[in-house]
Amino acid sequence: MALVALGAYVLTMLWTARVSLSSARIFPTGDFVGLGQYERLFRNARWLLSLENLAVYGVLFIALCLVLGFLLAVFIDQQVAGEGMLRTIFLYPYAMSFVATGLVWQWILNPGLGIQQVARNLGFDDFTFDWIVQQDTVLYTIVIATVWQASGLVMALLLSGLRGIDEELWKATRIDGIPKWRVYVSIVLPMLWPSVSTALILLFVMVVKLFDAVVAMTQGGPGTASEVPAKFIMDYLFGRANVGLASAASIVLLLTVLAIVAPLYYARSRALERSRA
Amino acid sequence: MKRDCAVAVLPAASSSSVRARRRKPWVTPGRLGIYAFLLTAALFFLVPLYVMLVTSVKPMAEIRLGNIFALPLAPTLAPWHNAWQAACTGLECEGIRGGFWNSVKITVPSVLLSIALGAVNGYALSFWRPRGANMLFAVLMVGAFIPGQVMLYPLVRALAALDLYSSVPGIVIVHVIFGMPMMTLLFRNYYASLPQELFKAARIDGGGFWRIFFELMLPMSLPVIVVAAIMQVTNIWNDFLLGLVFAGSDNLPMTVQLNNIINTTTGERQYNVNMAATLLTSLVPLALYFFSGRWFVRGIANGAVKG
Repeated sequence: MALVALGAYVLTMLWTARVSLSSARIFPTGDFVGLGQYERLFRNARWLLSLENLAVYGVLFIALCLVLGFLLAVFIDQQVAGEGMLRTIFLYPYAMSFVATGLVWQWILNPGLGIQQVARNLGFDDFTFDWIVQQDTVLYTIVIATVWQASGLVMALLLSGLRGIDEELWKATRIDGIPKWRVYVSIVLPMLWPSVSTALILLFVMVVKLFDAVVAMTQGGPGTASEVPAKFIMDYLFGRANVGLASAASIVLLLTVLAIVAPLYYARSRALERSRA
Repeated sequence: MKRDCAVAVLPAASSSSVRARRRKPWVTPGRLGIYAFLLTAALFFLVPLYVMLVTSVKPMAEIRLGNIFALPLAPTLAPWHNAWQAACTGLECEGIRGGFWNSVKITVPSVLLSIALGAVNGYALSFWRPRGANMLFAVLMVGAFIPGQVMLYPLVRALAALDLYSSVPGIVIVHVIFGMPMMTLLFRNYYASLPQELFKAARIDGGGFWRIFFELMLPMSLPVIVVAAIMQVTNIWNDFLLGLVFAGSDNLPMTVQLNNIINTTTGERQYNVNMAATLLTSLVPLALYFFSGRWFVRGIANGAVKG
């Protein structure tokens, strides 16, 4: 049984790698064209744009999720009233699909209907918040929507990490008179590394898979301004019937994931072992 | 009582009672700042839900006024009714209920099968350690991180060859394959935490592979099965990509139909109907989240590549 599943992963990967070296259009062909598809891929302006978008999106999304998630976890950890309710509120978006998230934010950010219109109705006639229809800002709206969805996850992971920190540490730092924010930044944050790296891996995988939210929010537009690799691959696989090129693109994506996740995962397991020992 | 179980977070929560003993004066500028931050954040997180709710019960005339935050003046349930059985998902106008049942048909067998396979795999990997177990495990880890796109096209071809492409069994198989790494990891880690002596004793008593599994391991697995079920139900219910590619036009899950409702309507956009449809689509995972809060959190923490 396990073997079947392994076949599914290894064989499909090898198959895709093989197809990426052929000139396949709609149907796979047996010929061999070397790295031709890869050359074409990296001359394709749309692919380059989608990579650039993914990089910008990824950095912003991961940074914002970590910062917001960390702040939420730290503030919730101050023995506040209604802690349970706040936690529920911060995490519920994570239960929703990226499609639903994308659609909701598309409405809220819609200039004719959402926040911009509300502000104008209130008398701010020149108020403009039309990021979602502008080519150079549309990517940020996807960041907003997905951060809204995923930062609660980071909060939950970090909060469990915070709860695992020894009470003695707090006593010691209080006696030494170290300001609380310094303790958080210089001592607690490094101690949270296992939780942070877990969050990093999860967020990174979400970045690479980014597809549903883009389709629901902008369909890659306006123009191709919010194109991302996952969507590029889907378009070339099923819309434009260029299987060879799409396969090459997915292999590039796979290598990127391995290059980033493998070291992270290794560092994380090392940290986990050390904390157990 | 219900809130309690929705909130208690993670195994480590017990240590918070220790922390609670630290006494402090309650109203200080610092505390006000803390609450100000938390309340602002809570608003940011609640706004979309609020907008969805109020818009879904407004008539279009009110929506045209352009204040998405206003409370409805004349609340109506017509948009919900519409979304359920009259909205157009592409060419057909039968609402989202078809998608709901499709999602049920896809989710139930996928969840059951992937949990069953994950449990057997995890059990075999942690107790029987077949030859090459470590290799298997490494491949599964890679499987957990593979971008789905790498596997999509070969799977389409394979299912087409088996005559299963665009069918419910086809999409179920795909979900099981994609869920296998996470499920196996989850169960393997759980079984690794059980004492090895237990297994050895069962072996000496003459238990075979399946007998030990069904009579010993499975009854002890209830907590991890709950976690696995929550993870898989939300993952599979919320899936969009796989449903789009593999389900076929007759079996499109709710998420795909929702996207079609919203992005293919011609004429005036029925925002109230759209929002009702979005809420309907999110109802199952949200209900799961609210009723199983603690387990949900444990699920994401465990699913988070532990081990």
